[in-house]
Amino acid sequence: MAKYLLLKHYRGAPASANDVPMDQWTPDEVAAHIQYMVDFAARLEGTGEFVDSQGLSPEGNFVRYDGEGRPPVVDGPFAETKDLIAGWMVIDVDSLERAHELAAELSAAPGAGGRPLHEWLEVRPFLTMHSTVFDRVAD
Amino acid sequence: MNESLLRELVPAVIGVLVRRGAGFAAAEDAVQDALVEAVRGEQEVRDPKGWLITVAWRKFLDAARAETSRRERELRADNEPEPGPAESADDTLRLYFLCAHPSLTPASAVALTLRAVGGLTTRQIAQAYLVPESTMAQRISRAKRTVEGVRFTRPGDVATVLRVLYLVFNEGYSGDVDLAAEAIRLTRQLAAMTRHEEVAGLLALMLLHHARRPARTTPDGRLVPLAEQDRSTWDTRLIAEGVEVLQAALARDRLGEFQAQAAIAALHADAPAAEETDWVQIVEWYDELVRLTGNPVARLNRAVAVGEADGPHAGLAALAELDPGLPRHTAASAYLHERAGDRPAAARLYADAARKAASLPERDHLTRQAARLNALLRGDR
Repeated sequence: MAKYLLLKHYRGAPASANDVPMDQWTPDEVAAHIQYMVDFAARLEGTGEFVDSQGLSPEGNFVRYDGEGRPPVVDGPFAETKDLIAGWMVIDVDSLERAHELAAELSAAPGAGGRPLHEWLEVRPFLTMHSTVFDRVAD
Repeated sequence: MNESLLRELVPAVIGVLVRRGAGFAAAEDAVQDALVEAVRGEQEVRDPKGWLITVAWRKFLDAARAETSRRERELRADNEPEPGPAESADDTLRLYFLCAHPSLTPASAVALTLRAVGGLTTRQIAQAYLVPESTMAQRISRAKRTVEGVRFTRPGDVATVLRVLYLVFNEGYSGDVDLAAEAIRLTRQLAAMTRHEEVAGLLALMLLHHARRPARTTPDGRLVPLAEQDRSTWDTRLIAEGVEVLQAALARDRLGEFQAQAAIAALHADAPAAEETDWVQIVEWYDELVRLTGNPVARLNRAVAVGEADGPHAGLAALAELDPGLPRHTAASAYLHERAGDRPAAARLYADAARKAASLPERDHLTRQAARLNALLRGDR
């Protein structure tokens, strides 16, 4: 089993085939889209592959350390930043192929006109945390 | 009552319930419920197995009565004769096969084995695999539904069981549950019930690797390569057991991949110092392993062993014949390049290997190797 992150972007992924912005959809189309996401997560719980799902506000700041005794520096949001993450789903699956299959299903969520979005999702493997049980001979 | 003792009884008790007429899924649930009650209870029980059977059977009947009356009528269970205890070893063995049934995905087989054979709770299994308890509960109940129709009496292919146990061992010890130790317990139990050489081979392999566990990481979690390990911390008792189990298996002259891997582990265990390792024999065992499995990872490890036996250039030549996309190919190449004296290439390859690593400890280890070489190249020390 391996965990993968399915990453949705507000910005930074290649454009979807059906890329009418969500605020231009009919209310029913928005409702159908949201229902698709809920059903998808529920189905993954049923198959024992669901780990986590979260959405992120597009609002946010960049923060950094500014030296001993000084308050953190807060900047942004930066409109020009290339990547803007919208949310994610974490899955625990038997293979990379299965991760791709599920990402494609999620990407088929309906958008304007009830047609699939064909949205590009980023699929990233988790680095495992566990200590190895076998020895490292060469490295 | 003692939890680990109780957990050992779980598969046999499930078997008793199944033979009395319970379905596998219902029997498994009932035994888990009984187990929870037993662990919670303070009372002294003289016959834990008898107690567990009685309580589990009562739980099963309660659950069955709560189900539809139709189901209750179908349940001929009350009339079934009491089984003799002599059959319980077979019950346990059949349960191993059922939980590793080929119709299950590897993840489902692992989860079901840990619950029905290992007696772990869903929560413990979820923690060990870092998934929500509800997800693990679904995974287990789906697995139970998948095998519900499988006849409990039919023996399967032992290789499927070994693959599941190997996967459990491989998961290591990330959570509260020590899955490596659990895999050893389950394999030891299996080895006591069957004389299959590869069961013994897998048990030996696990014991020999487990013996080196204290030396394999520093207290802060850094990986320590085999050559740099403090061999005085290896568990000599486990090594002796592993070697004994392996020798008995090899004597039966039916070689398999786990015996070959265990033989390699035994040769490492046998070397008082890294320099005294018998690499020539290790290469021969890798040749056997490649012959048996054709596994590309075995070929990769063989190339590294060739690098030790015949020098780094021979190792690099063997490596050059393999797919560079193999896991750890870049790390092996980095190692062999450093041994061949090409530090700049080795530093570059280590950094590249770190980017391709599949685990955090591995990535950090490879990054440290790249940093060490880059410091040498800058003349820092």
